[in-house]
Formats: sequence, structure tokens, C-alpha cells
Amino acid sequence: MNDRSAREGMNRMTYREACRHAIRDALINDARTFLMGEDVGLYGGCYAVSKGLLDEFGPERIRDTPLAEGAFVGAGIGAAMAGLRPIVEIMTCNFSLLALDQIMNNAATIPHMSGGQFAVPLVIRMATGAGRQLAAQHSHSLEGWFAHIPGLKVLAPGTVEDARYMLKAALADPNPVLIFEHIVLYNAEGELDPDVMEVDIARAKMRRPGRDVSILAYGNSLPKALAAAETLAEEGIDAEVVDLRVLRPLDNATIFETVARTRRCVIVDEGWKSGSISAEIAARLSEELFFELDAPIRRICSREAPVPYAAHMEEAALPQTAQIADAARNLVKPR
Amino acid sequence: MSQKPHLDREHGQHLFRQMLRIRQFEARCAELYQAQKIRGFLHLYDGEEAVAVGVMQALDERDAVVATYRDHGHALARGLPMGALMAEMYGKVEGCARGRGGSMHFFDRRRRFYGGNAIVGGGLPLAIGIAMADKQLHPGAVTACFFGEGAAGEGAFHESINLAELWDLPVLFVCENNLYAMGMPLELAEAETDIFRKAAAYRTPTEAVDGMNPVVVEAAARKAVASIRDGNGPYFLECRTYRFRAHSMFDAQLYRTREEIELWKERDPIPRTQKWLEENHMISPEELREIEGQVEAEIEEAVAFAEEGTWESVEDLERFVLMDEVSE
Repeated sequence: MNDRSAREGMNRMTYREACRHAIRDALINDARTFLMGEDVGLYGGCYAVSKGLLDEFGPERIRDTPLAEGAFVGAGIGAAMAGLRPIVEIMTCNFSLLALDQIMNNAATIPHMSGGQFAVPLVIRMATGAGRQLAAQHSHSLEGWFAHIPGLKVLAPGTVEDARYMLKAALADPNPVLIFEHIVLYNAEGELDPDVMEVDIARAKMRRPGRDVSILAYGNSLPKALAAAETLAEEGIDAEVVDLRVLRPLDNATIFETVARTRRCVIVDEGWKSGSISAEIAARLSEELFFELDAPIRRICSREAPVPYAAHMEEAALPQTAQIADAARNLVKPR
Repeated sequence: MSQKPHLDREHGQHLFRQMLRIRQFEARCAELYQAQKIRGFLHLYDGEEAVAVGVMQALDERDAVVATYRDHGHALARGLPMGALMAEMYGKVEGCARGRGGSMHFFDRRRRFYGGNAIVGGGLPLAIGIAMADKQLHPGAVTACFFGEGAAGEGAFHESINLAELWDLPVLFVCENNLYAMGMPLELAEAETDIFRKAAAYRTPTEAVDGMNPVVVEAAARKAVASIRDGNGPYFLECRTYRFRAHSMFDAQLYRTREEIELWKERDPIPRTQKWLEENHMISPEELREIEGQVEAEIEEAVAFAEEGTWESVEDLERFVLMDEVSE
């Protein structure tokens, strides 16, 4: 098959390499696909995701763009409407605000507003999140905002496997799909299961089974949630960790199933708490599962301030493992 | 295709008929708006007909069109059925977008009509992408992208023209310069009021023409399209025109004088073309009456089609929010 690394027994790779393999496969498998964005070619990608691909595929298919997010994202939309299958990279989600008109008013709207005549089979990848001391303008988590918009699909790979296979599913989808790759995860390593070569982008995924409390997380909050679950296990608390990974449309079935079973829920979200995806999930749980719950829903989100540069301040601004463990512990064993 | 329009009797009458269809159709739209059959925003193209009609003469089936929210003229000149447009404005499911877009958002996949876009400048980036796809999949096809001079204030205008030129894309940019962005006069909005000069700064070939004359517009568009099809990259046409009516049905027109409007009306492309055809014995009184009758009949038929149309089921409100497939 096309997963050369698996065939060669190189199953261990970084999240960055997984993203690169995914793009490479897509370019090999479909002549209609190309990658376009700022510094994706000569520079090799701001986060080195597309390093080497320009040499292999040439400048038409690894297309460097000027700093013009509105135009090149809109061009991706137009190209998708007219028969291509573009992958547009926005260097970081912070810059996606310059393309918000195109994403919202065109990509998300035209299929519906044209009465179903024009689909927009486009993938937009962007780096998201904080944790590298890049200060506020490079540390936003905007996936929750985009998850507000009907007509989009919003994915947040939190594992190497999802980074490796979500793109393929996103490109096969007839809708605009936004993939948010967390900047802290690019260096994360993982072992790929050679028997798994695809990802269901309609479903969240349980990453750790447990009985006492459900921790819902995504992106770089996922490893923090898993670490919190390990801490809790040492204390005799059995936490289940569910990787939300699909922020729109939310996988209600998986979310409701885990919370109905454990009857307690902590949601972790690197976005700000007000009006966040965690708020949406909490609202759905209270609408649908109110009488199943044994405890209030808890949310661990970023503090409501621009993310500061100084390391101790940034750390304090973001959800951390200890907070997640505390929240879960207090639900199971109230003080 | 020859670069020069062949102005025989038939073609001269064709230009006149196309402009008259738009003018009379919109006159009926305005009446139907007063009668509350059409709601929402209604932006009329009165006065600017020569632009859409002239440009469309240079395009054929393989080409794509990106329009603005003032899209009635573009749609009719492109060949979208009048009934489907009227039904769209009635909000009927038989409309060209199932009644979901209304006046500002006509779409027609079969005729490669990529929509009236109601964000000023929002259509230019789309045209870039459509042209990228055509360059790979359908070499020779041209994307005609219409926008007003107000779009020149938007970043999307500059970013898109730069990309088109940088990547040698087959885009015909058509600036419909009607001197007002809603109520904002051009000279209060732009330090450089010659819009074509902005495009020229990106090294794109440009031409500014009398947008009140369909023959002039057609000739310029043919020349531009021939250059684009020859692989010379984009071309920018600034068509200097004027809208006779208000920006929309809610506009009291405080920003311009009656005298100015009357002055421009002396250059109205429809009576001007009629007079020219008559003086050159290219239309007989009988032919003129016949054209007027046919246009009137087409409008009656379109109104009847819209009246008889049906409403989309509310059950379908979320249909096509997410698509099940891409039609190729």
C-alpha cells in the first residue's frame, strides 16, 4: 500500500513526519491535489512539515504563496469548486483571521446557498495552540470558533496516528475540512499500528478506558488528560479519556455514551472558557444527560487573557495536568 | 474567435435585445418589490447593461463567470433562464439556487456561473482558484470576474490581481466603475481614482473603456479574452459606467445630484444603441416592435413561472449544509 514507512518497518515517527507522509500520499494518489501556503516550498514549512516535498513534487504542486491569506484561501475554495482537491496551509490559525471572510462567507456558505450546486472539497491545515512562548498573537486556539460554523468540518489530531491518516479522510470528504495541528505536538513521537491505515473523521475516540470519570480532551490537551489519568490511577481513581478530535460535527453518541456510563465529566479545552467548544459540550450534556449525572460538569480551559510570553505566565494561562487531575478527583471524591 | 465584434444587423440587434431584456426585467423586479413579491435586498443594474452584455459576447460555454450581488445583468447575459431568476427572487424552489440566495446570489453550475457574491471583493479570490483549476483541467477556459470600483479598497482586490499575474492565470477582471460604492464617491475613497492603474501596478495588461457602449465593451473584452486564451495571463478591464437607480431599494440617494443622474442618462446605452441601429438602417420599426414584444413576453412567462413555483420544504433547511458528494 502507500504507507511506505509501515511497510519498511519504520512505524515510529513524529507527528510532524506523520503530517508530511499524509501530504505526500495525497499528492501521489491524486493529480488534482496540491499544497499551497506561505513558505511551504523553499522554506520547507514554518513547522518543517512540508520539508523535501518541493524537490519531489515541484513548484506547481507545492506552491509557495505571498502573504495574502484571504486570496490564497479563497483561491483554494475556487479551485475546489472547479474540480481540484487543494490542501491549503495557513501557517498558524492566528493568521486564519485574515481569511475568515473566505472561509465563512464562501467555503462554508456556498454549497448551501447555491442550493447544493457547488461543493467545496477543500482541506485547510493550520497550526494552533500555545506552549512555545510565542506570545498572544501566535498562541490562539481558534478551532472552537470555527466549530461554530455550519458547513465546515473541524478536526484536531491529538495523536501521531490521527496526524497520519486524518488528511486522507478529509480529502475524501466533499466538504471544507479544517485540520488544526497543535504546535506542541509536532515533535511528539508515536508508534503507528501497521494494521490501521485510516481514521473515521465522524467519530471521537476513547484513548483510555475507565469507570469513574470521563475526561474529554483534544489536541495538546489530550496528552495532558492521559497524564492526569495516570496520576489518578495511582490514587485508585479510574478515569476514562476520550479524544474529541472531531469538533464539528461533534460526535454526540460517543460523548454521551462515556458520560452516561461514568456519570462524571471533565472537559479540557485550550480555548477560552466563554463561548468555547467546551461550553457547547457541557450544554449538550446538561440538555441530554442531566439526570444521568452524579456531579456537575467541570471545565478546564485557558485563562481569559491573551496568552503571555513569560514562561510561568504562559504555563498558568493554559490547562495543565494537575488541574485536570484535581478536577476529576474532586468529582469522584468530593472534599 | 475574431478580436473585433462583427457588427452586422443580427449582432447589433442581439446586443440591443440583451440589454433591453435586463432593463425591462429589472423594471418588473422593482414593481414586484413594491408589490412585496420580492423581498430582501434588490440591487438594480440599470445603466450598466452594456458592461455585462458586452463582456459576455467574448465568452463561450467553457468559460466561468464570477459575479457580484448586482448580478441580474450578468446572469441574464450569461444565459441563465429568466424564469429561474425570477423564481429565485420569489424565494421559490424552482429558482436558480432553490430560493436560498435571492437577488444577490444567483448560481448555475451548468452555465459555470459561480455566484453573485455579496461581500465586496469576495469573488476575486474565488476567480483565482477557478482559473487555477481551469489552467490544469480545461486549458483555454477564461474566468470573467466582475466587481465594482468599491472592491479596489479591499485587500482581496490587490492580493488577487497579484496572484493572477504572478501565476499567469486566465482571469478577465472586469471592474464596473459606477463611481459610487453604495454612497461613497470614488474621489472620497481612493487616492488614485483610475482603477486600472492599480492593476497595472501588478504588471497586468489593462484598458479603461466607455462602459455605456456595448460595442466598445465587447471589442475590448474580445481583445482581452484573446490575449488570455493565448496564454498571456490575466487582463484587467475598467468599464466606466453609471447606475441610474438607487444602490438598493432602501437608498435615498443623498450623495449625488439629480443633475448628475440626468447627465449620465443622456449616455444610456439602450436608447443610444437603438438610435445607432436605426440611423444605420440595421433595425426596422417592425423588428424593434418584435424585439420589444418578445422581451415583454419572456418577462410575463418568467413572472408566471415564479408565481406558479413552489416553496422548498422546511424539512430541507439543513440540506446541503454538508454535501454528500461532489458532482463532477
